Amino acid sequence: MTSQRSAPVAPPPPLLEPMPVPELEPAGTAVRVEPRPSVLKRLVAILGSGAARVFIIVVGLFWLFPTLGLAVASLRTAADNSATGWWTALTAPSQLTLDNYAALLGNERITGSLWNTVLIAVPSTVLVLVLGALGAYALAWLDFRGRDVVFVLAVALTIVPVQVALIPDAAVFRALGIFGDIPAVIAFHVAFGLPFAVFLLRNYFLGLPEDMIEAARADGASEFTVFRRVALPFAWPALGSLALFQFLWVWNDLLVALVFGFNNPPITYAIREQTRAFASNIDVIAPGALVSMAVPLILFFTFQRYFLRSMLDGALK
Amino acid sequence: MRRFFSAGRAPGRRWRNERRLVAALFLGPAALTVLVLVAYPMAHTLWLSLHDTNTGAFVGLANYGRMFGTEETRRAILNNIVWVVVAPTVVTVLGLMLAVLTQRVRWSTALKTILFMPMAISFLAVGVTFRLVYDEDPQRGALNAALVAVHDAFSPPSRYYGVAPRDGTGLVPAEGGYQTADPVPPTEPVAMPVVGLPRDRIPSEAVPASPPEAGIELRGVVWLDFTRGGGGEAGEIDATEVGLPGMRVEAVRDGRVVATATTDASGRFVFPGLTEGDYIVRLAATNFTEPFRGVTWLGPRLVTPAVIGAYIWIWAGFAMILIQAGLAGLPRDVLEAARADGATDWQILRRVTVPLVWPILVVVLVTLSINVLKIFDLLYVLPPDSSQDEANVVALEMYRVSFGGGLDYGLGSALAVLLFLLVLPAMLFTIRRRRRERL
Repeated sequence: MTSQRSAPVAPPPPLLEPMPVPELEPAGTAVRVEPRPSVLKRLVAILGSGAARVFIIVVGLFWLFPTLGLAVASLRTAADNSATGWWTALTAPSQLTLDNYAALLGNERITGSLWNTVLIAVPSTVLVLVLGALGAYALAWLDFRGRDVVFVLAVALTIVPVQVALIPDAAVFRALGIFGDIPAVIAFHVAFGLPFAVFLLRNYFLGLPEDMIEAARADGASEFTVFRRVALPFAWPALGSLALFQFLWVWNDLLVALVFGFNNPPITYAIREQTRAFASNIDVIAPGALVSMAVPLILFFTFQRYFLRSMLDGALK
Repeated sequence: MRRFFSAGRAPGRRWRNERRLVAALFLGPAALTVLVLVAYPMAHTLWLSLHDTNTGAFVGLANYGRMFGTEETRRAILNNIVWVVVAPTVVTVLGLMLAVLTQRVRWSTALKTILFMPMAISFLAVGVTFRLVYDEDPQRGALNAALVAVHDAFSPPSRYYGVAPRDGTGLVPAEGGYQTADPVPPTEPVAMPVVGLPRDRIPSEAVPASPPEAGIELRGVVWLDFTRGGGGEAGEIDATEVGLPGMRVEAVRDGRVVATATTDASGRFVFPGLTEGDYIVRLAATNFTEPFRGVTWLGPRLVTPAVIGAYIWIWAGFAMILIQAGLAGLPRDVLEAARADGATDWQILRRVTVPLVWPILVVVLVTLSINVLKIFDLLYVLPPDSSQDEANVVALEMYRVSFGGGLDYGLGSALAVLLFLLVLPAMLFTIRRRRRERL
């Protein structure tokens, strides 16, 4: 047992847990050419590398075009957008203008909602990390009765649909006087983020060598010191991955904001309001959506490695 | 049981009570939050689903009866079934295809980045993005523009849709086209004045119309009886009026088309050989067929497949990368052995590769099934309000009846419980798998 724990990397990689995931490298970097079953090579050959290539290019274009279209549309006036498709701007670049973005900056409903998104996403992430790490440490390294049951419950709760709690929590928040306000949205996100955080971090903490914990305890360190000085530094990759996932989850949320955040709507809520008259509000919707995408995309390209793992870890949520 | 979970060895040195207190301090905040905002609400939702939330009276399964009884909710449940059957399967198959095909492609990394990027974006942004993609007007919607372009390349649109005869000139609608009201003899050239062709659709080869030259065969002229800027006389060929080239003209006798002709650049046509008897002259329907205008993606009939398309766009990269990670871990000797035994590539894919990565495929399928059952945002944003009833799913209906104006907490709770029950099998699967993960 002990040896197993002190060599956490040795067992076969579990599926949704720290595992060797192929890293996304910046476009253009050379691919590591590892020997691959020649079977697959031949399969590609048989399908005709030409046909396969065409298929892949078509798929790539299909995946690029929608976002490109939104980006170009956000740079055209509402009149242009209602008269012609975004692709006409490729041959008539004079259509492109930053006016929509300038107007967006002056639109207090939108700028205010962007700020609300930050006010919701940051505390939600921090609280999930702090409370989750504390709880996970207890489940990993503190011995108490019922610990296993608590862990199984945490695992079970990771995939409970938020819908089962919406109506009662509305009553809870009403009783607390925060219904419709940012604290309610944060509290809900934290509650539904915690089970997964506890599950992920508990498993990561278990990779800590037991000797280190015991040594620290023998030196008279308090349990909190062990947690802060030994466990947390060890787990920072998992914490980073979790932070990324939780932050994006909250940043991109619409449902929880609709139900609990109507007084201080985040950006997703504000844009959804505009979609009722989609065509006439396209000059607000397109740049607004693009601005709301900017933060996730920056995080995506900056932390591709963590991002990939956090998504694979958290996909079940 | 113990073997699966036991983690830290009991320290044994500390007092039992102190240990409990420390554990409570560590776990307490998280446990309390989850208890108050997740666990208790689950029980309360179940309770609410069995009560009339206005009077508080116990009503048994009445809310569930309403859930299956009303058309909107039945439609939502049905749609959810379609979603769960179709979306995860398509995403997984596509992911497998892409994972296998890109293994040897030099720029597969770039492709992976492109395909995975939508995972970072909110459903709201995807919904907005695909509103533009699915726009019905081919002038604006990229998908319909592409479809129309492809369609027109294979079957060019008719030139003269929307065109109609000048009133009071003796031409009547028939068989989708227009014809002379009475049979005409070959001796008399047929004048066929039409209107309603916008300036930008006048064929470039058209020249000013001229009356047909004299002759003994059935003949006539089709021209745009419209002088720009006014002037011009109805039914007369005025100086600037152009003939309509390429118009298909039919000669009809006793209800049967006996000959066809096509007009020249000045709109004239001749039926060679038709010198005897009277004929009805008809402008064929093919001249006037409306052009292909693309598909109403977000209309009532196609809205669910269209939204599933957007969903596939989001998740294909996820499936591809997970499956690719699985493929990379395959034992190569097994594949080599199969090949040495003379298996074809297809056999190897079907009989060796897929079975070996099957556990991963199952994980992808289960993950996506859970995700699909809970899907809300995309359906709340992408379909226009007019087709949201047709696109409805359980999670959306739950929101609509409870918060989106309905305030019917009993029915909403029943729907939430249904959603929970639907997720339950996947949850048990996940608990079992996650328990196995760490011994």
